[in-house]
Amino acid sequence: MAAEDLPSEFDVVILGTGLAESVVAAACSRVGQRVLHLDRRSYYAANWASFTFNALLTWIQEQQEGPQPEQGKDWSSLLNDGEELIHLSNPDLDSITNIQVLSYASEEDEEVPDTAKEETSANSQLEAESTGSREEESAEAEEESAEAEATNTKGEEPEVDQSHPGASSGPSEPTRKKISYAQLLKEGRRFNIDLVSKLLFSRGSLVDLLIRSNVSRYTEFKNVTRILTYRHGNLQQVPCSRADVFASRQLSVVEKRKLMRFLTSCIEETEMDQAYSSQPYSKYLQDQQLGENLQHFLLHSIAMVTEDTPTEAGLASTRHFLRSLGRYGNSPFLFPVYGLGEIPQCFCRMSAVFGGIYCLRHSVSCLIVDKDANRCKAVIDSRGQRISCSHFVVEDGYLGSRSSVTTPTRLLSRAILITDSSVLPSDSEQQVSMVTIPPGEVCQSAVKMVELCSSTMTCMPGTYLVHLTCQSVGSAFEDLSQLVTKMFQTPESQEPGGRPSVLWSLYFNMADGSVPGVEGQGLPSNVHVCSGPEGSLDHEHSIKQAELIFQRILPDEEFCPPAPNPEDIIYDGESPTPSAEEDSVKEAGQQEESGGDLKEAGQQEESGGDLNPQLDQ
Amino acid sequence: MHGRVKVKTTAQQEEEKRKEREKKLKIYVAARDACFSKRKEGVCDDEALQLTQQLLSSNPDFATLWNYRREILMHLETVKDRDEMQNIYEAELSFLEACLKVNPKSYGSWHHRGWVSARLPRPDWARELSLCDRCLSLDDRNFHCWDYRRMVVKVSGVPVDQELEFSDRLIGSNFSNYSSWHYRSTLLPLLHPQTPEAGQEPPHASSPRGPQSHRVCEEQLLKEYELVQNAFFTDPNDQSAWFYYRWLLGRAEREETVSCVYVSREDERVAVAFSRPVNICDLPPGTINDVANEHNLTVHWTGSHTHRDCALYTGRVESWCRDTATDQELFRSELSVEKTSVLQSELQSVKQLQELEPLNKWCLLTIILLMRALDPLGYEKETLAHFQTLKQVDSMRSEYYSDLCSKFMIENTILKMEYAEVRVFSITDRNLTSLCHLDQLLLVTHINLSSNRLQRLPPQFAMLQCLEVLEADNNFLENLEGVYHLPRLQEVSLKNNSILSCRCSFRAQISVSSGTPVLGIGSFCDLCSYLAAYK
Repeated sequence: MAAEDLPSEFDVVILGTGLAESVVAAACSRVGQRVLHLDRRSYYAANWASFTFNALLTWIQEQQEGPQPEQGKDWSSLLNDGEELIHLSNPDLDSITNIQVLSYASEEDEEVPDTAKEETSANSQLEAESTGSREEESAEAEEESAEAEATNTKGEEPEVDQSHPGASSGPSEPTRKKISYAQLLKEGRRFNIDLVSKLLFSRGSLVDLLIRSNVSRYTEFKNVTRILTYRHGNLQQVPCSRADVFASRQLSVVEKRKLMRFLTSCIEETEMDQAYSSQPYSKYLQDQQLGENLQHFLLHSIAMVTEDTPTEAGLASTRHFLRSLGRYGNSPFLFPVYGLGEIPQCFCRMSAVFGGIYCLRHSVSCLIVDKDANRCKAVIDSRGQRISCSHFVVEDGYLGSRSSVTTPTRLLSRAILITDSSVLPSDSEQQVSMVTIPPGEVCQSAVKMVELCSSTMTCMPGTYLVHLTCQSVGSAFEDLSQLVTKMFQTPESQEPGGRPSVLWSLYFNMADGSVPGVEGQGLPSNVHVCSGPEGSLDHEHSIKQAELIFQRILPDEEFCPPAPNPEDIIYDGESPTPSAEEDSVKEAGQQEESGGDLKEAGQQEESGGDLNPQLDQ
Repeated sequence: MHGRVKVKTTAQQEEEKRKEREKKLKIYVAARDACFSKRKEGVCDDEALQLTQQLLSSNPDFATLWNYRREILMHLETVKDRDEMQNIYEAELSFLEACLKVNPKSYGSWHHRGWVSARLPRPDWARELSLCDRCLSLDDRNFHCWDYRRMVVKVSGVPVDQELEFSDRLIGSNFSNYSSWHYRSTLLPLLHPQTPEAGQEPPHASSPRGPQSHRVCEEQLLKEYELVQNAFFTDPNDQSAWFYYRWLLGRAEREETVSCVYVSREDERVAVAFSRPVNICDLPPGTINDVANEHNLTVHWTGSHTHRDCALYTGRVESWCRDTATDQELFRSELSVEKTSVLQSELQSVKQLQELEPLNKWCLLTIILLMRALDPLGYEKETLAHFQTLKQVDSMRSEYYSDLCSKFMIENTILKMEYAEVRVFSITDRNLTSLCHLDQLLLVTHINLSSNRLQRLPPQFAMLQCLEVLEADNNFLENLEGVYHLPRLQEVSLKNNSILSCRCSFRAQISVSSGTPVLGIGSFCDLCSYLAAYK
């Protein structure tokens, strides 16, 4: 496609493949709009992207080098009378700042460090054997193609360091075999490292949308298995479901009863006591005869609000949390297998299935605006082609300073760690943990931490991927490194302890996308702006934004109705009824052979597959 | 609209579906008829196996077909060798898995799976266990799967402690599952049996407890109390935890005894009370015909190897020998075995829950039971108050609570009577709705049941063989069937009841005041004619 010109006319041109843009693309294609979806970058999902370890290193390098200077071309020759240009800029210009990388893994794949030499020969033999099997294992794994489906059951085996005799004496012991930087590089494609860290509420708008639109068929999810909180320097499991409360060892039976009663009454949405309408939620909780422990859980881990959030809002977020519980498991959150970057791509895929055209490394240089109507008539792409459109949707980064003149830019502080064990080891190594660290505990602002295990297909077996997010006060490193030093083992850690070691870490600041409104400053009325990721844990902001934009573009159309089953689609040139009969004749024949309905399911799969190659990767 | 994907209309889809259904039905019926005719002819071939498979995979509840399939398989066993059969049965198992996906609660499929597993030359029990685990993770209350799993565990000899861990796991993920709790109650006595020396021996444990004892050692019991308390504090409305709790608190098996032997010289009568219904032989004629002699009677209960002696000395007109109701556990068989200290601390924690949940019926009922076990007379007032609350919060079962309360009141009255060593039983104005423990009233001569809510004097009332005076004014008695065969009865007072005669159905105001002509009640007819005359 590279050499060919694009069609010169579309209904909607979308620039940027972030979540909101991708949802708009899917929604528009679904109802028959001709959609052109572009991204200047070489990867999907903009700041929502997930990278393999190696791709992340490349991304870091690109960010640190800064953008390539663009030659300002003169497009005025493409203008007609009464038209003017709006120039777009590079989205990566200032959305990511303060990148800092700290690698603690040893460079080479070294054997046991010196201090462990005194181990018995039997042990070192075991070591040698296990190393051997590990190498074989990884070689084998490499042979298996990089198919996304490659299960990790194989990958779990090489965790010999767990069974190593030295491991029992604590992870800080030098006998433990560390994963080296070389290994991280070698196994780099087992990582899917998200730039943003978010989760899906089981009853949140994104899950609803995924189900309603049938986009859910393109991806898989894992349940977050536990909710933890950091309090007085200790990690505690937050009992939130009925089973958790039952199993909790920290709560007395009376506390259990009080907590359950409070939670049950919250779900029932009874009239809130008017006396608390102007009081903070923390005060309300205090007055419910709940212990300090329970108040902490409810405020910071369940409602996830601050001390001064009003009662009404606190109750609403508590309710949201509770309603999401139990839909898919014992926690209210889902995490997409292979990382969050999957989700925008799923919507892109849906758009492509319904005819959307996709080009990466392809941007829009400027917009052509009809001066009188103040509408965008067309765009000029990075190759200098004029493409007319009736609507233009754009990621705010491309607008440069235009999008954020009035609001001072807020930033998010992010840290991404690769560690060698879980912050709270348990029976199962495959835990997905959501950790809340209340403000003031270590950092000034509340920190949300998500620890992913290897079965989420986001990190290599034997490692954990930890995401930390908070509102910036200083740089990401200033904001978060103290917490990292406290909760994990780094060379900076003062006292040694059985904490997980950090193998590699990345700090950076990202622009907070929580700007209100979708209308850019002084932009034509048919230009719609999507903001980047914001700091909240959920996806409500982007989904609402996408729906709003869709309604502005197509006020009379349904937003993402269910995609039809492939067998119900009528293809060009075939009349519906006879073909249906042909099909059923064929099916009947097969039924007589095998007698099963299962065959039909297979056929569906096949015909579904026919549609998919349209997706331009 | 341009570019829009064209989709079949609903009508089109419906029509397609209808046609498809029709076609399926035709195929199904044809296959079924073929199967039936083959079975009739006694054909046991591969084709029949295939046909039944086809039918059963869409309808796994077709029992006749499963039977036919078993006939075919048994026939194959006679013609094929071991390895071939292994393959055939393994294929059968994977076919059954598909059936269970269609209906995870199909009796036929589970039964057939059990049958196949038992006949498999080289069974793979681990695979069966993991199948059960998968099924239970989808529906942890699928009792078909529970049944099958128990069979697998038994045959493959899974260690009991492993099974207890399994129950831990299921309860941990969802404690509203009585299947798991009940399973625990069968495992614990095997894994942690009560050691004979530990704990206070129940008073009647002089005879050694059989291997079927259902008791659990105290250390484990305390752990179980903690576990189950966590459950009912987390969700006090979940009944499975409460039922398990009641089991834990101990239900003593009442020992079989001859509880009372009564001899009367003038009536030439021996009355024996057994702890459960028995068939008895006739009294040998002439046992107590001698007016003056001393008699030594021994009643043997051969079924339960117990006996009781009773001596009627010279010059005495009657004599008896019995257990006294004051013996500690007579009425505490509901929860009796535990140590008082344990019960006391359990009562404390359940009371704690009741403070938080004053209207929870399970909590109230458990408190009542614990109080009964600890000190029935001392807690009488509190017990009655809790019954009042119970009837209000659970009005659907208020009559059940009334009956239970009556039972407890009667027990208390019997205790009081025993302590006073009298043969007068009086329980008036207590809202009694039913009578029980009548076997304990064998020796009572005077009973006063006035001002209660009794509707009948049950046939068991005939156990009151020494009864001379019956007062039951101000009740709702409708018939008097229990007044049969009371040989000593002399006075009856039944004022203000709703007696309906068996012959003439009218409402009668009966007043038989004491002192008025004594009604010799030889038979029910006498009373009826008396009633008729009274009208």
